[in-house]
Amino acid sequence: MLEHDVLVVGAGLAGMRAALAAHQSGANVAIISKVHPVRSHSNAAQGGINAALTDRGDNWEDHAFDTIKGSDYLGDQDAIEYMCTEAGPELIDLEHMGVIFNRDDEGRLGTRAFGGQQRARTFFVADFTGQAILHVLYEQLMKADVRVYEEWFVLELIVEEGECCGVIAMEIATGSVFVIRAKSVILCTGGLGRLFEPSTNALIVTGDGIALAYQVGAPVMDMEMVQYHPTTLKGSGVLITEGARGEGAHLLNKDGERFMQRYAPNMMELASRDVVSRSEQTEIDEGRGIDGCVLLDCRHLGEDLIAERLSQILEIGMDFAGVDIRKEPIPIQPGMHYIMGGIKTDMDGRTIVPGLYAAGECANVSVHGGNRLGANSLLDTVVFGHRSGRHAADWANGKAYRDLNVDDYVDGKEKEFSDLFSRQTDERWSQIRLDLGKAMDRYMGVYRDEEGMQSLLAMLPGFRERFAQASLQDKGRVFNTDLIFTLELGFMLDCAESIVLGGIERKESRGAHSRTDYPNRDDENWLKHVLVTRTDDGPEVSQLPVTITKWQPEERKY
Amino acid sequence: MQITVSVRRYNPQDKETPSYWQEYSLEVEETSSVLDSLIKIREEEDGSLALRCSCRSAICGSCAMRINGHAKLACNTKVSDVAEDGGTIKVEPAGVMPVIKDLVVDQTLFWDKVKQVSPWLQPEGEEPEAEYLAPNSDMTHLAGVMACIMCGACVSDCTVLEMDPNFIGPAALAKAYRFAADPRDDQDASRLAALSEYGGVWDCTRCYECVEVCPKGVAPMDRIMALRDRAMEAGYTNNNGARHTDAFEASVSHSGRLNELTLPIKSFGVLNLPAQMSMAPVAIRALMRRKIPPIIHKSVPGVKNVRRLVESVKEEQQDEQAAG
Repeated sequence: MLEHDVLVVGAGLAGMRAALAAHQSGANVAIISKVHPVRSHSNAAQGGINAALTDRGDNWEDHAFDTIKGSDYLGDQDAIEYMCTEAGPELIDLEHMGVIFNRDDEGRLGTRAFGGQQRARTFFVADFTGQAILHVLYEQLMKADVRVYEEWFVLELIVEEGECCGVIAMEIATGSVFVIRAKSVILCTGGLGRLFEPSTNALIVTGDGIALAYQVGAPVMDMEMVQYHPTTLKGSGVLITEGARGEGAHLLNKDGERFMQRYAPNMMELASRDVVSRSEQTEIDEGRGIDGCVLLDCRHLGEDLIAERLSQILEIGMDFAGVDIRKEPIPIQPGMHYIMGGIKTDMDGRTIVPGLYAAGECANVSVHGGNRLGANSLLDTVVFGHRSGRHAADWANGKAYRDLNVDDYVDGKEKEFSDLFSRQTDERWSQIRLDLGKAMDRYMGVYRDEEGMQSLLAMLPGFRERFAQASLQDKGRVFNTDLIFTLELGFMLDCAESIVLGGIERKESRGAHSRTDYPNRDDENWLKHVLVTRTDDGPEVSQLPVTITKWQPEERKY
Repeated sequence: MQITVSVRRYNPQDKETPSYWQEYSLEVEETSSVLDSLIKIREEEDGSLALRCSCRSAICGSCAMRINGHAKLACNTKVSDVAEDGGTIKVEPAGVMPVIKDLVVDQTLFWDKVKQVSPWLQPEGEEPEAEYLAPNSDMTHLAGVMACIMCGACVSDCTVLEMDPNFIGPAALAKAYRFAADPRDDQDASRLAALSEYGGVWDCTRCYECVEVCPKGVAPMDRIMALRDRAMEAGYTNNNGARHTDAFEASVSHSGRLNELTLPIKSFGVLNLPAQMSMAPVAIRALMRRKIPPIIHKSVPGVKNVRRLVESVKEEQQDEQAAG
């Protein structure tokens, strides 16, 4: 019997940080991940990690205020306060573990400017901060000798008598199905970017954890809050870091105008992401774009700065757009990047299901609210990964393993698989996923309205029917990616449902949720979270007040 | 453009069929990557084709494979750079590591080697309350090594690993360098001692393949050479590699060329009789075929110039060291 006190699903920053914390608490912890830990999508975080260090004259309250304003007042302020006070200690922990942060002239950690913040408090490793931290956390995992179920795919959470007590999973290399028993499970599976086409997100980012929790009745919250990043490459959706603008790059329309002066005269290109993306989309929609894009101009930054601090962007420009950013502006457009919404948790990472925790992008402890600030995502992962790891270990401490009828669970899955393998249709995951992704991008993109969202909602049953017909071309069990993609599509359909329902419910414009039919923020009626919960009678939508500590909502200007 | 992608297929579930080449013809954009083509095949034509890929932007390290015979990331290799219109691209799994299915290899060997170099920061003494102070130049230098995405391209094409699985290999040695060169790490001595053993830095043949194939400019071989220098400076000279280096330098500085007769003797250590004896059959075969180097080792004409060159290189190195 495979069993662990704490089982972490996902091995990005949140997952590895959670596992290390649980390990330090004395728990027998393991990680299960559908890819090797260093392949996780945390890699793609380029710009940095925010922290207000007091010895630099910064303070956590300013950071908290910027985060709250960035969230368009939808973030829960108690959680934001916790994140911003823990930022310093977490950052120093990462440095002590070995992260090679860039330094200032005195050899202390150096900062760069990032969007939506009054001062430079983003700590960074060139333009591959996520990768640099991810690899160091994996070093620590090797040092602690934590067991990793590498390339294992979680199929379903096991909940008995209301408590989460393990997972059913498949070893991808063999296709064999196993039950892993656990006293607590922490979901750290990241976002759901591939539900949108295009997206900056890696192909593995398919909302698995969000759907797994949703399927066992855990509510998801503010799923309509989908972040479109202002600088992505056309077609492929490949990301250009906000660090480029942080270092001083300009956004230009087809007339060469720095159009942000008309939308955010103070912060210009470094306004919040939702603001910049909307501004770009407006320029494009009103005919001042070029072929669906605007331009990001890095030329004046100089070759030395680009080589030292934006080296990866230089490479990406060459490889994926054929543009040398030292010599010409690069065409970019807003592209789906991040989901602020996720599984509702408290500050300890607890979901409504006892024994089930969540942290990182798949969770919504609500530090990002309606719009996440750049470089707050890495912070979220380590702060709440750490805390949920500790609490999941506490929960497991002294608890006994539940007796599970393993064979029943395995046989049930085998039965589902044999049905799936025996289907003979022309329908495949790839076409359904593409159609779904395009529909999501069209109706849940930068601008939305009732009509569009209702038509998307009406399309979902059709997608589900096609999914129920989808068949496999690979009929073997060894490393069957055809099977994996099909299973992921099932997860994505669940996520789509909650996003559309959340979007229709929220009748205002706040953060990333910009409705042309309700163009204003409405604090009187909508200073609230929107929750979607799956019940036996279908999805149920409800609301919850936002936690305000000391920052009352104000008009948001940049 | 029109291309043919010829993929080395292998399915362990089909015991009858060994690995084979399968050709797919498809139309792709000029700007498409090889990965785009493979994804197109997988999504539109043949769902049974197995490969790893995720980020599509050369940061996750999943899609290292051999393209036209050399290890590359499929995602940042443009089709137009490896094939002409109407041409064929040959795609095979990475080398050295065993194949699980099609383009998917088992990377256990890769990670075992990484684990072998104790790949985590090991400072000594009490942790400071704030960050460790370190010069930015050191950190940006290390960033060049941390840029490694562990894709395994260098391991795939390492000519030593192909023959000798005991070699720690380019990726893990580059990782070792990352710690040896980190001013915060205090285990230089034990790291360099371990890396001077059999399978370590001296087993690299300097073929340059890893530098050529690395998609992130990590230049593993250069890091291995830097580790050799550090190991010798730290006094780990009692091994064939270090002795070979010293003998090489001594011979060239003295006569302007290699004394091939004494080089192996000095490399093994003059008093290492068993190793000297083991050379005897080679020496005898060489003698029989009249391939023995001249017994009397003469200097090259103008050897003084060579010596002056050696001196000036040494001075330069000393200046560099003094400068920091």
